[in-house]
Amino acid sequence: MKISRRRFIVSTALVGGGVLIGYAATRPSRHRRANTELAQNGERYVTSFIKINPDNRVTIYVPHSEMGQGVHTSLSMMAADELDANWELVDIEQAPAIDLFANGDLVKGFAKEFGVPSFLEGLIGAAAFKVAEVMNLQITGGSSSVRYTGDVAMRTAGAAAREMLIACAAARWGVSATECTTALSHVQHNASGRSIAYGELAADAALLEPPEAPVLKTPDQWQIMGKAISRNDIPAKVDGTAPYGIDAHSEDMLYAAIQFAPVFGTKLVSVDGSAALARRGVKRVIELEDAVAVVADNYWRAKEALKLVNAVFETSEFDNVSSVDIFAGFDRSLAASAGDTDKEQGDAESAMATAADVIEGNYRVPFLAHAAMEPMNCTVHIQNGKADLWTSTQDALGIKGRVASIAGLPETAVNFHHSYLGGGFGRRLPFNWNVIDHATLIAMEFDVPVKTVLSREDDMQQDYYRPAVSSNFKAAFDGAGNVLAWHNRFTGPIQVPGASHIPYAIENQSIHVVDGPTHVPIAAWRSVDHSQQTFFTESFIDEIAHRAGKNPYQLRMELLQDHPRHRKVLEVAAAAAGYGNDLPEGRALGIAVQESFGSIVAEVAEVSLDANNRAVVHKVTCAIDCGRAINPDTVESQVESGIIFGLTAALYGEISIEKGRVAQNNFPDYEMVRMATSPEIEVHIVESGEALGGLGEPATPPIAAAVTNALYILTGQRVRELPIRKHDFARANSLAKV
Amino acid sequence: MASFKVNGVERTLDVEPEMPLLWALRDELGLTGTKFGCGIASCGACTVHVNGMAVRSCVTPVSTVEGQEITTIEGLAMVAAGANPSAPALTAVQQAWIDHQVPQCGYCQAGMIMAVSALLASNPNPSAADVDSSITNVCRCGSYPRVRKAIRSLTA
Repeated sequence: MKISRRRFIVSTALVGGGVLIGYAATRPSRHRRANTELAQNGERYVTSFIKINPDNRVTIYVPHSEMGQGVHTSLSMMAADELDANWELVDIEQAPAIDLFANGDLVKGFAKEFGVPSFLEGLIGAAAFKVAEVMNLQITGGSSSVRYTGDVAMRTAGAAAREMLIACAAARWGVSATECTTALSHVQHNASGRSIAYGELAADAALLEPPEAPVLKTPDQWQIMGKAISRNDIPAKVDGTAPYGIDAHSEDMLYAAIQFAPVFGTKLVSVDGSAALARRGVKRVIELEDAVAVVADNYWRAKEALKLVNAVFETSEFDNVSSVDIFAGFDRSLAASAGDTDKEQGDAESAMATAADVIEGNYRVPFLAHAAMEPMNCTVHIQNGKADLWTSTQDALGIKGRVASIAGLPETAVNFHHSYLGGGFGRRLPFNWNVIDHATLIAMEFDVPVKTVLSREDDMQQDYYRPAVSSNFKAAFDGAGNVLAWHNRFTGPIQVPGASHIPYAIENQSIHVVDGPTHVPIAAWRSVDHSQQTFFTESFIDEIAHRAGKNPYQLRMELLQDHPRHRKVLEVAAAAAGYGNDLPEGRALGIAVQESFGSIVAEVAEVSLDANNRAVVHKVTCAIDCGRAINPDTVESQVESGIIFGLTAALYGEISIEKGRVAQNNFPDYEMVRMATSPEIEVHIVESGEALGGLGEPATPPIAAAVTNALYILTGQRVRELPIRKHDFARANSLAKV
Repeated sequence: MASFKVNGVERTLDVEPEMPLLWALRDELGLTGTKFGCGIASCGACTVHVNGMAVRSCVTPVSTVEGQEITTIEGLAMVAAGANPSAPALTAVQQAWIDHQVPQCGYCQAGMIMAVSALLASNPNPSAADVDSSITNVCRCGSYPRVRKAIRSLTA
């Protein structure tokens, strides 16, 4: 499908015969609807996303959730720059959760890059949605906001608005539009020295049809994009006024605490809530299909009373399943079947059969929880056939539809109240709806607002997890140590196609995926499949380098002749990290590189062992090619964030299953990197000028392998199973001290 | 009944003595700037000041703060300004958080700012080791490098 910058409805064929219907930012009908739905007091909407006020202030509506990635600011910068707005006069607002602001350009971008993403395919089958409503999403995910919504919708909207303002000024002055220029929210006619504020033109501009194909600026013309601009959401986040979903509050609010069926997929059998009901402030004990809830006038009271509820849940075939069984099942699946082809190139099997040498490496990683700092929560107030809804979500429109369908209300009767998200990382995407569903069902029993909040323990035990994966590798070498074949069998499902593919020029490659079903619910987790696959592939390529007797950096460079962008970030990161130079005693550098979500990231980790033989990561040096940096300071903070998120997983992260349920309870047994364990991070942005890449996720994948590759150099031990804390490096440390 | 001062204002609440201060602040007083993170004093999102000391309010029964002075993120700048009408609207720590663009999702930052403010009040020039051992708050977004930079800017 051709992606056009012109304004019109776009459609994308879906796997399975469906259709996605989307829109470019300036579709005329939407333009008119914006005027009738949102314009008040003489304000005029020039396009769907941009409002120009008579006082010359510009409001930019951002149709994405702000969860710390700085997207409200970055997207506004893109629109404002194309508009030639005065940044001092720009206000940024979260677009309301109405379909006018559905961010279909994101879906288009996904469709172009990956085909239809799996989490959207599911929507076609979801009872709550009709095919035509698939575009009725307001998703923030896939590191996509800036590179799709921003680069397509926001820039085009800004450029279209600018051209319309010029047309109005030219008509008013009786001059040609080509004689007019724009700067700082004014149209100027340099020949006559006239200048007029956008605000004075807004009323006229609103009557124009938007241009078919507005001309976007070239990077050398950027005034706002490319500059480190302070984020607009930060002041409210330092004085305590920033609202999160969990902060919804009213005098008459009630609070719900929930106890879930501990084994996934099982149901509630019986409840004795009498002791709970006798407690102060307790209003109701509510039985749900797979949970029981206590509703009280204070969350602590609800939680304390819940401890007194005697709930019996049904037994299930999964009651005795453990992580050991799950991985044993993966091993059986991998042994029993070649699975489905993910990639075949050349003839890896033959190369393996005739090779001078073959090495093997069997890897695995556990389930992981998202553990966003804001525990999952949802507040619903249903009264007189209407609902008010407060929740931190990566998909406001989808959540609105979900609550409407459960409450039996039309979607238009649900009023969604936007807030900041206390972390998302994939947990707050569509389908991860357990808390939303429960909160709605509970609130239907009352006519006051009810806030349902998960305890940290339940947030950890009732998540939708990063899948556990086992991945087995073989590599074949000729007599001279050259690698001939790459052979990989891993357990699925595949959530992001291509994550297991390698950029390296190895002639024969055979990559297959084998079914690895479990009873544990899974979902996207920051960087999705890349988080597991990059640990596997960037570790095994390191194994290949060591077997070939080559420096791991050098081998990568040799095998990346056709990937100059990969080579460049490797070069920059290695040089900045002092790769190849002498290091302090007992330290080693590990390196890894991965392309994901349109960005290419190389990371070098400097690692040692402490007196207790625990891995210590001193410094991570990173180079990222994200095409261009729209807001370089945000790029840096997202890279820092992605590295620390991935490092937490690499060092400590494990959700294990015991007796069918999650064994971990809270942060002490699902530990996080904290100040004392957080490395120094140095970020180098490589501006290749290629298409914009994502930022929220691409820094997460390489870090695990960068650290374990350093540990191999340091200790001679190859870490093939995460987390790192489970490995005993005692022997190596005593050797290192000698 | 529980009585204590919150951000300079006397408050009397009809709550159980064992109710954690966090839920008295959030659900009874509507002061939602103080955040719930773990409920077991592990993550620090709920950090407030009790007589100037950083305390994790999720495990602090209201009975233990009877008659004490509580400061939350909402009152931090006001309490710091005291009677000075020309004091800035933000404390130096809050301003440093803006200057260094520390918060990402921001959910943990109220607790982080309260913890750092208490540390700097008692130890104006903490070493890196002091910071590491005193500031044990969890930030899932990984703002630690910027927290470090912001603290350094306040102590240099």
